[in-house]
Amino acid sequence: MRNNSTKLIILAVIAIIFILLYGFYDIKGGFDYAFPRRMIKVGAMVVTGIAIAYSTVVFQTITQNRILTPSVMGLDSMYEVVQTLIFFFAGATSVWVVNKYLNFSVAIIAMVLFALLLYRFLFRADKYPIFLLLLIGMILGTLLGNFVTFLQVLIDPVEYLSLQNLLFANFSKVNGDLLLFAAIILLIAFIYGFRIMHKLDVMNLGRENAINLGVNYDRMMMNILILSSVLIATATALVGPITFLGLIVANLAYQLFATYKHIILILGASLISVIALVGGQFLLEHVFELRTTLSVIVNFVGGIYFIYLLLKESRAAG
Amino acid sequence: MIEIKGLTKRFGKKTVVDNVTAKIQPRTITSFIGPNGAGKSTLLSMVSRLLDADTGDVLLDQTSVKKWKSDRFAKRVSILKQSNYLNVRLTVRELVSFGRYPYSKGRLTDEDEKFVDQALEYMNLTDIQDQFLDELSGGQRQRAFIAMVIAQDTDYILLDEPLNNLDMKHSVQIMKILRKLVDELGKTVVIVLHDINFASVYSDRIVALKNGKLVKDGPTHEIINSKALREIYDMDIPIHEQNGCRICVYFNSHTHAN
Repeated sequence: MRNNSTKLIILAVIAIIFILLYGFYDIKGGFDYAFPRRMIKVGAMVVTGIAIAYSTVVFQTITQNRILTPSVMGLDSMYEVVQTLIFFFAGATSVWVVNKYLNFSVAIIAMVLFALLLYRFLFRADKYPIFLLLLIGMILGTLLGNFVTFLQVLIDPVEYLSLQNLLFANFSKVNGDLLLFAAIILLIAFIYGFRIMHKLDVMNLGRENAINLGVNYDRMMMNILILSSVLIATATALVGPITFLGLIVANLAYQLFATYKHIILILGASLISVIALVGGQFLLEHVFELRTTLSVIVNFVGGIYFIYLLLKESRAAG
Repeated sequence: MIEIKGLTKRFGKKTVVDNVTAKIQPRTITSFIGPNGAGKSTLLSMVSRLLDADTGDVLLDQTSVKKWKSDRFAKRVSILKQSNYLNVRLTVRELVSFGRYPYSKGRLTDEDEKFVDQALEYMNLTDIQDQFLDELSGGQRQRAFIAMVIAQDTDYILLDEPLNNLDMKHSVQIMKILRKLVDELGKTVVIVLHDINFASVYSDRIVALKNGKLVKDGPTHEIINSKALREIYDMDIPIHEQNGCRICVYFNSHTHAN
């Protein structure tokens, strides 16, 4: 426990160093111009990183696995579907696009509804094996992806360009208007999270043991699925899909902290996530000189790690 | 007192538990016995609100299990199911401490720690309390889970085949501990058993199921006899009496086709 606190402090220090580096390193031109812009970007990375980490850890607790994440289950594709549908039916100049808060809210609500529908179908019935769930998630992702492509072909090319702007949003063009909005959602989620922290620990023992210990399991499961989808939807709506980030940071946290306590796991995963994003972006901008985007690297590393986890799991099962 | 009233459960078209009515007498060990697929575990799951019944009801102190608040129910009735696979890495003590969750909600008081100590001692786990569960043998792990339920300190303790994976020595040890819980602490134990000799020697009452229906419900001595057992298992089982214990010698029994 003391050991884990030390680790958390070290991670926090690293995260702060990267945030400061990112904010102050090599500022060219006017400080008053560059600094606030950098801060918005850092803020977006912090909010996104924490939201993804938090959402993944609680999702994996209630689904009793360490491979599935909301993103892998097709939530990212759903975001693309929603935005494409809006552009297809309402157009790029409609209020649904121009009003950023409206657009953001619609995207979140649609993703949460999709997630709940999916979970209701997948997790309420008798337990399916994890590989079947994964397969369903990937097939859904592909299906939605193809559907999106189909619609995009039909959209006016000029409108398509502004749609692409939303779908490939990376940290370099973060939507500053929505950052505060997202931060408030995250804050509310954390307040709720602190209240259910111990319940989450108990839910880690599985449905039967959790019910035995007096946790209203099915209702908690629904609440946490909603929580987790709101968080991941917020992150996605803010910067665009980073499919494998949650998987990496959650599993690194499990390995690093080796505990069942969610307060440590969530804080740990969040810090790792912030370090990965801010540190990665810093290196990207100042060392690799923006030759690629961070989400490409995260997905590349994450994809490899994902395959490694799958292989490990199948060996353990076999 | 727990009353089971006309409980029925169907999975698809198959009726797994069929209109079962019974009472669990306080301060006894009641064994659920019966052939595979008789519905023993399903019945136990419904009694402990792990599973919703299709029709019928379970009453704890005259109040329907569905109307009990989950956290208050957890201070009265505990349930341990067969599978004890965990997704997380816990030490024995950490697992047993979870048994105090209904009281402590995660923040253990000194009194909670005392209950944990006692439960560990009861199950003979004090020496290995800081070891991780995945480093233990199946029997030790099983004992750790039972210790968690003991730490929960409920009036009713429901156990679904707790002797699975256990050798003779540990099976006897656990049955003796359950006996002690009933005789010394006034608990009520309901247990699903496969080996009818454990049921015969250690339980006060037996509830026998077959194809989801209740076939026998009564004191042990009324049920451990060849006639009743033939009804339950379709086997001719000779009974030998030894030191006051009735032992069913079923190993080379003649079986009846249904």
